[in-house]
Amino acid sequence: MNSESLEIERTLTKKSPLLSVMKELLKIWPLCLIFGVCILSAILAPLIAPMDPDAQNLLARLKPPGSLIKGQVYWLGSDQLGRDLLSRIIYGGRISIFIAFLSVTVSTSIGSWLGLMAGYYRGVAETVIMRIVDIVLSIPAILLAIITVAVLGPGLQNLIIVLGLTRWPRYARVAYGQSISVSKMNYIKSARFTGVSTSRILWRHIFPNIVAPLLVVATLEFGLMILFEAGLSFLGLGVQPPTASWGSILSIGRNYMGIAWWIATFPGICLFFLVLSVNMIGDYLRDRIDPRFKKR
Amino acid sequence: MTSYLIKRLLQSLFAVWGVVTLVFLILQLSGDPALLLAPEGATGEDIALIRSQLGLDRSMIVQYGHYFWDLLHFDLGRSFVQELPVTEIIASRIAYTLYLALAALVLAFCVGIPVGIITGIYRGKWIEKILIPFVLIGQSMPTFWTGILMIMFFAVRLGVLPASGADGFSSVIMPAISLGALSMATFARIFRTSIIEELNKDYVRAARAKGLSFFRILFLHIIRNASIPLITISALELAMLLAGAVIVETVFAWPGLGQLTVQAIESRDFLIVQALVLLGSMVYIFLNFIADILYSVVDPRIKLRGAEHE
Repeated sequence: MNSESLEIERTLTKKSPLLSVMKELLKIWPLCLIFGVCILSAILAPLIAPMDPDAQNLLARLKPPGSLIKGQVYWLGSDQLGRDLLSRIIYGGRISIFIAFLSVTVSTSIGSWLGLMAGYYRGVAETVIMRIVDIVLSIPAILLAIITVAVLGPGLQNLIIVLGLTRWPRYARVAYGQSISVSKMNYIKSARFTGVSTSRILWRHIFPNIVAPLLVVATLEFGLMILFEAGLSFLGLGVQPPTASWGSILSIGRNYMGIAWWIATFPGICLFFLVLSVNMIGDYLRDRIDPRFKKR
Repeated sequence: MTSYLIKRLLQSLFAVWGVVTLVFLILQLSGDPALLLAPEGATGEDIALIRSQLGLDRSMIVQYGHYFWDLLHFDLGRSFVQELPVTEIIASRIAYTLYLALAALVLAFCVGIPVGIITGIYRGKWIEKILIPFVLIGQSMPTFWTGILMIMFFAVRLGVLPASGADGFSSVIMPAISLGALSMATFARIFRTSIIEELNKDYVRAARAKGLSFFRILFLHIIRNASIPLITISALELAMLLAGAVIVETVFAWPGLGQLTVQAIESRDFLIVQALVLLGSMVYIFLNFIADILYSVVDPRIKLRGAEHE
């Protein structure tokens, strides 16, 4: 048995992987707090947003932060149609996080299932699945996303499909590598000998043991998906107006850089802090949990 | 070495075939590729003409054969919007993207490596504590936001650099910084790790014991040995920079392939989008191939370890 599988077996005997992830997260609470605030404001957007994000007020066009117009305070200013920037950022965050969450869910489900199959069955399944993984990974993700959006057309639903379908190979690779090492362990062999069904072995015995590294990848990918969504929406290939997303607000802000700096500044700050916190949480978890990095 | 080279070459060729096939299949996803390829405002007759011109009325296998054959002859078709061969349109833009990507790479090297060396040597000191947040910021700043902030500050407020276009050396500075920021952070992190690893090796201790000055050891041995991972990472980073140019070129109205991609999508010039995705993927596969070869040339142990895994 190699040292990696020994390491995995040792961590397994100690505690459940999900519990260890939670414990590690507590140690970096400030980062989790930033992340938590973003998630909470996304969930509670209708309750905390001071105004309707799509309500236009032509009298309040391009007003700087803190402007008071007709008894309403535009805390972060307003855009070219007089919409409240703070409300749009809160709702935009909701859209960005929703897209990132769904696309990570789609790609994790597809990728970990295929990786698990390839690692457990080996043979033809392994060859076919892993070669497809190689091919998809040979196209730069942004280009793959662009061509798919160009074919399917822009929009929320297509964006989730595109991101989900282009990112699954990352998870497949991790699930594949992990399931190979877990499959070789003695308890899996004995489960097989005692007649436990394959689906039970896969889902009850192998899958829970490869969840932790997959979670680490999912965290890092979540940050990347936020950036991807923003990038594609910025190019006009993602979320379509009037729906707000951080990328689309930034895209508008670019046109008003000279006269309304706030439109391009505040959504960028939110984007930056969310991605920074997610990246740092992901890095931290990877160093602590992923056996491949633990050894170094 | 030869067998490894051949194996790696075959893998790359397989990936090329896979990408070409995948792009063909994605095109079929639309239902009727003729509708996708037709320019905006095309009449039913135009679409029928495109369909027969490109053989889209034939069976999928025949279409695939033709598509593959044309690609083998570097025939990427003729843009219906610009009414020029696609290869000609791409050729007129490619130099700009290469210029921008190389400028970003050079910049990433010039900043990333010194930062990596300093943070590696002065671990735990104040200078590391100042520099590391910059590395983290470089890693998490969305490229287009960096670009917008720089335009707002240096072009709009201070007026010292041009906000857009490709006119002279000064116009490449901001696009290169925003494109290269992530690579700078990557180089700094990788070089820092390599330097720390090298510092702990016996030869460093032996050289110190021999009485060599620290900076002599640093420049003669440590930096040279720590550079190995950088050689391969540079090829991969260049590939990432070329892909990342799509967004940066749009921010700065830089007339390269990235801007062409977005313009082509907006004007529904799908043949150009397809050609650019294929070209981007080929370059990506090629640079990955080069990175792997360099990897095994520079450090034979890596190849052997790779072979063991297989």
